[in-house]
Amino acid sequence: MATKTVTVGILALQGNFAEHAALLAAMSVQVQYVRTVQDLEQCTHLIIPGGESTTISLLLASTGLDAAITDRCRASTLSVMGICAGAILVATKITGKNPPASLGLIDITIDRNAYGNQLESFDASLIVSHVDRPVRASFIRAPVITHVGKDVEVLAMHGEHPVIVRAGNVWALTCHPELRDEESIHRLFIAS
Amino acid sequence: MLKPVKHTRNTLGEDLARMLKGGVIMDVTTAEQAVIAEEAGACAVMALERIPSDIRAEGGVARMSDPALIREIREAVSIPVMAKVRIGHTAEARILEAIGVDFIDESEVLTPADPFDHVQKASFSVPFVCGATSLGEALRRISEGAAMIRTKGEAGTGNIVEAVRHLKLITRQIAALQDMTAADRTAFAEQERVDANLVESVREAGRLPVVTFVAGGVATPADAALVMSLGAEGVFVGSGIFKSSDPQRRAAAIVQATTHFNDAALLADVSSGIGQAMAGQEIAQLELSMQHRGH
Repeated sequence: MATKTVTVGILALQGNFAEHAALLAAMSVQVQYVRTVQDLEQCTHLIIPGGESTTISLLLASTGLDAAITDRCRASTLSVMGICAGAILVATKITGKNPPASLGLIDITIDRNAYGNQLESFDASLIVSHVDRPVRASFIRAPVITHVGKDVEVLAMHGEHPVIVRAGNVWALTCHPELRDEESIHRLFIAS
Repeated sequence: MLKPVKHTRNTLGEDLARMLKGGVIMDVTTAEQAVIAEEAGACAVMALERIPSDIRAEGGVARMSDPALIREIREAVSIPVMAKVRIGHTAEARILEAIGVDFIDESEVLTPADPFDHVQKASFSVPFVCGATSLGEALRRISEGAAMIRTKGEAGTGNIVEAVRHLKLITRQIAALQDMTAADRTAFAEQERVDANLVESVREAGRLPVVTFVAGGVATPADAALVMSLGAEGVFVGSGIFKSSDPQRRAAAIVQATTHFNDAALLADVSSGIGQAMAGQEIAQLELSMQHRGH
């Protein structure tokens, strides 16, 4: 069986892109930091990391990466995983104060900073579909997914909220497995 | 195998600091300024009553800001809100924790409250960022529980030289650890009054264990690009934005320069026609050196 060459782009405009690069490098996955439309060209996958969604959104617009990501994702030539701020940016609907412009890639509604300020940040151990052991992750000023469309698969819940979801080639996580050295979700994403 | 480092770490606070990387944290004194900062792309704001250049000009004792002002700023924006306490002022820190700021800056910009000790930060849930001028000072703050470090630079001067000095000094001192014998490293730990295991962990990683920003003197997009190219993980801009002639455009330009610090053509573009930078001061002419506050 021919194996497709995987290059995972990591959007490196603002946020914790370096932790994703370190995790993927330890898995011997080819990684490309993405700061321009040219950087995105050879990528088969793209991680939009945690950071501030308002900041990343402005930088997506000024670089033209917003349109490039949307076009390739809709043409199914790019898989996208949005984490925390990234999950906000891929959602079709964003609620909460001063929402950023959305890429609108996955049919979910997400509420920014719904848990509250930093004192409400927490660690959790999650039961995730297709993963045979608990997955550790941190929730940092995390958003909450308040609605998922009918074609969205919920892979993990925390309390009553979906925290890892997927629809086709687009994934959204409200938590950070990469900060707890958890490779399993990244592995599932790359295999998709 | 190293023994575990004895100090208590604020892991969730260190995680929040990671989310700020590659970003610009801007000083704001009103809700209106906070909105300008957020719209320009700030990854967080520092809420305070007087920016450092005004503290320099007006003198007097500089204290924690009115909690009502901090709340008002927090209501106006969605990004993290930080606020400053005086060095060693545990009661001010408890007040900021009670009102739920996202990060506390134990800052030399305010008048120090305790001549002997910094705040024992490990007993707080809210994370702290602290200034440092050297590796030893950074490690003392991390031992006390700091979740993030920034260079001190010389706040309110619009002069980048001290920020560069502190960033390079810390980088060089970390590099020097690699060439030291075990006995020399033990002596360094004793001299700097820090845990030897913490020094060993820095040697192994080749960096500080927490996110490291630059502060104190950033006034232009080029200043931000300079410190990012020297290894800073993000920048604080204090007086540099709201003491300039066109805060909106300068703030947005500094955000662009922090992300695209390696793209000279883009830096030329964003540096063009953004009005007058803050006036700035020679370090040798200063009446007050803030970087020597704390130890």
